[in-house]
Amino acid sequence: MPRIVAKEVLAPGIKKFVIEHPQIARKRQPGQFVIVRVHGEGERFPLTIADADPERGTITLVVQEVGHSTMEMGRKEPGEVILDVVGPLGRPTPIRRYGRVVCMGGGVGVAEIYPVSLALKEAGNEVIGIIGARTRELVIMEKEMRSATHQLIVCTDDGSYGVHGLVTKPLQEMIERKERIDHVFCIGPVPMMKAVAEVTRPVGIPTSVSLNPIMVDGTGMCGACRVTVGGTTRFACVDGPDFDAHQVDFDELMKRLAQYRNEEKLSLQRLHVGEEEPKCAARAAS
Amino acid sequence: MTKGVIPNKTPMPEQDPKERIRNFREVPLGYTEELAIQEALRCLQCKKPTCIAGCPVNIDIPGFIDLVAKGDFLGAARRIKATNLLPAVCGRVCPQEEQCERACVLSKKFESVAIGRLERFVADYERETGKIQYPKIPRRTGKRVAVVGSGPAGLTVAADLIQQGHDVTVFEALHALGGVLVYGIPEFRLPKSILEAEVNYLAALGVHFEPSYVIGKTESLDELLQRFDAVFLGLGAGLPHFMHVPGENLNGVYSANEYLTRSNLMRAYLFPEWDTPIKRGRNVAVIGGGNTAMDAVRTALRLGAENAYLIYRRSRAEMPARLEEIHHAEEEGVQFRMLEAPVRILGDENGWVKEIELISMQLGEPDESGRRRPVPVPGSEHRLAVDTVVVAIGQGANPLLISTTPGLRTNRWGYLEVNPETGETSLERVYAGGDIVRGGATVILAMGDGRRAARAIHERLR
Ligand SMILES: Cc1cc2nc3c(=O)[nH]c(=O)nc-3n(C[C@H](O)[C@H](O)[C@H](O)COP(=O)(O)OP(=O)(O)OC[C@H]3O[C@@H](n4cnc5c(N)ncnc54)[C@H](O)[C@@H]3O)c2cc1C
Ligand SMILES: Cc1cc2nc3c(=O)[nH]c(=O)nc-3n(C[C@H](O)[C@H](O)[C@H](O)COP(=O)(O)OP(=O)(O)OC[C@H]3O[C@@H](n4cnc5c(N)ncnc54)[C@H](O)[C@@H]3O)c2cc1C
Ligand code: SF4
Ligand code: SF4
Ligand code: FES
Repeated sequence: MPRIVAKEVLAPGIKKFVIEHPQIARKRQPGQFVIVRVHGEGERFPLTIADADPERGTITLVVQEVGHSTMEMGRKEPGEVILDVVGPLGRPTPIRRYGRVVCMGGGVGVAEIYPVSLALKEAGNEVIGIIGARTRELVIMEKEMRSATHQLIVCTDDGSYGVHGLVTKPLQEMIERKERIDHVFCIGPVPMMKAVAEVTRPVGIPTSVSLNPIMVDGTGMCGACRVTVGGTTRFACVDGPDFDAHQVDFDELMKRLAQYRNEEKLSLQRLHVGEEEPKCAARAAS
Repeated sequence: MTKGVIPNKTPMPEQDPKERIRNFREVPLGYTEELAIQEALRCLQCKKPTCIAGCPVNIDIPGFIDLVAKGDFLGAARRIKATNLLPAVCGRVCPQEEQCERACVLSKKFESVAIGRLERFVADYERETGKIQYPKIPRRTGKRVAVVGSGPAGLTVAADLIQQGHDVTVFEALHALGGVLVYGIPEFRLPKSILEAEVNYLAALGVHFEPSYVIGKTESLDELLQRFDAVFLGLGAGLPHFMHVPGENLNGVYSANEYLTRSNLMRAYLFPEWDTPIKRGRNVAVIGGGNTAMDAVRTALRLGAENAYLIYRRSRAEMPARLEEIHHAEEEGVQFRMLEAPVRILGDENGWVKEIELISMQLGEPDESGRRRPVPVPGSEHRLAVDTVVVAIGQGANPLLISTTPGLRTNRWGYLEVNPETGETSLERVYAGGDIVRGGATVILAMGDGRRAARAIHERLR
């Protein structure tokens, strides 16, 4: 079973795991993800493969604790196993020579844009990175992103570090300066991806976003992950997760992501209550 | 010849409908030893038993029933297992009324012998008395076979080839083994423990299982062919079809696969003890008329629906579901709405389903399937208030592996083309069977395909 070999806290609530899985480490390509299940009664949920080391047979996952399942994963320590890790799933991001590209990541999305950025740089593109977070201490993987880009711009919403403002701000400025941009790749919260799409749409810069709908199997069997792109329904787990940002119905995606809001609250409450109860131990053992 | 025959099947005890719609436990409780013997004695032990030809794997039906009548239940189990690996499953889910039981001579004048119920009894008896016998396995041949997919087709191939002395590894994309039998068919119709027992049995025989392993992703078919002497593809037909009507991506609209996977595989009915949620709709519309639709609508009831509607565009007589399930659904209070089809689904401002618009249908001329084609009645649109819609209109071939494997020939619906005698695909050393070849079919047909392919693979490896 996939064993955790290293763990690091990157920022409050954002944790990096290095996990043994030689087969996935060997096969994965930038843009692909895995589905994990932490324990026997757990949910299946997707995480992007942030990095891999084929020689050591490990993959790196970066998890932001936003609810029950991600928090349970966050409690895992080196030496423990993740019950199921399946992948690499999804279509790889097409890596070729675009020319001059902008790679944008917001929040935990920085971990997801990192492998794409690195691969694009290695493929001979000039890569400008723009990463953002709410505040300074939530900026992650800045060092890695510096090595995966030719130039990196860091933004914080509150101005505590780097550019004061959203990631769209430096992008907008580049466009106003008439800088050449051949392609934009963007991964982050839905509102950010939507905003980026609106910035590049009027000037017709091809823009790819990596969508994060709710998934179950991740192999095209259930349709939970359906998104509307260019007026047609696509399954993000097998047709994506990358899509043309200018064709995506972000509003629908946002609504669909809120589908289980009440259940998520309940589930989270139980997790916190469970901390005081011995039941939790019984559960972890199963 | 029919003098003195008891005209009706011995009834099988069942959970009371009012009780059972509040739990996920199995509905039919099974025969007792006495009831089984009583039913077995109805069999005429025909000289020319027509029933055998009605069974796709040609179980020696009079043979095993005779053993039941004599009280030798374990002997009966062995007799069945000579041709059918999963009798506890088939006894429960085969469409017997179209297969073995339809071919039983009794069915001409009376009710047929309850072959399925007897098969189920015998298999359960064997499992529960813990006297499972392991066949002697011949010397290992050193040949290696990969089975992709752990549905009934794949499990049959694994069972047959391990018993021939080959090494067998089963790769499964999901974390649980059994294919539709674990993710699709609900607990109240096929308890998971039965499948677990069957899988454990195969593991004890030496079959190696690799769950959470997607061929075409984790490893390619080409790579498998380098490691294995032969590969069997039992991928199933797991791609859910949608109707392509407006509103289909609203919150609260599910494919039957998602709805059933959440409930069965992920045990969402136990939420929040188990982590996966499911919408517990009060007014649920399930679209379709097959086993999948029936499973979904009965699941909706058990999740607490006040109104569970089954919306089907043809009439009752054309519904493809097993008779027993239609009957059970009716007893449980499912509201059948025949000759209606969805036009669109309407939502509220937060993107949640609130109504479904339907149009009435009438039956016209027969179509290529021989069934009368439903045609919409102009101007008959009307609405039904619902908060959950489950689309169960059929499945297609999942392109995940096939589209990444050049050289695998498919027909125009995307299903694999195989030699019907051997199950061999257009790629050398690659075999296939079950739903990925037939389209949505049945458990027993998938098993029959597995058996045929296993025989051909064994021939090749000898
Ligand atoms: C292709 C893909 C790659 C992803 N990569 C990463 C990653 O590298 N790191 C990371 O931290 N997160 C990633 N996510 C998001 C991650 O899967 C969700 O945050 C996680 O499932 C939330 O589960 P939870 O139980 O902790 O929270 P919940 O309480 O269940 O949900 C919190 C919020 O997360 C969203 N969400 C819930 N379930 C899912 C789900 N199954 N899939 C997506 N979003 C969901 C909902 O909007 C919800 O409101 C990715 C999602 C996708 C689809
Ligand atoms: C809800 C429902 C109810 C049904 N009820 C009945 C019934 O009452 N009676 C009856 O006879 N039939 C019934 N059927 C039909 C029956 O279940 C199928 O015909 C049968 O399961 C087909 O078996 P199979 O082995 O071909 O594939 P499946 O059972 O579909 O199994 C295929 C398996 O392969 C796995 N897989 C696919 N691709 C890959 C890959 N690339 N790598 C690894 N693994 C992969 C899948 O995850 C799956 O587990 C029902 C079907 C459904 C959906
Ligand atoms: S396997 Fe199915 S068709 Fe064959 S005898 Fe049993 S119930 Fe009948
Ligand atoms: S046809 Fe019917 S009565 Fe005759 S042997 Fe078969 S099950 Fe018995
Ligand atoms: S997650 Fe099930 S089809 Fe994409």
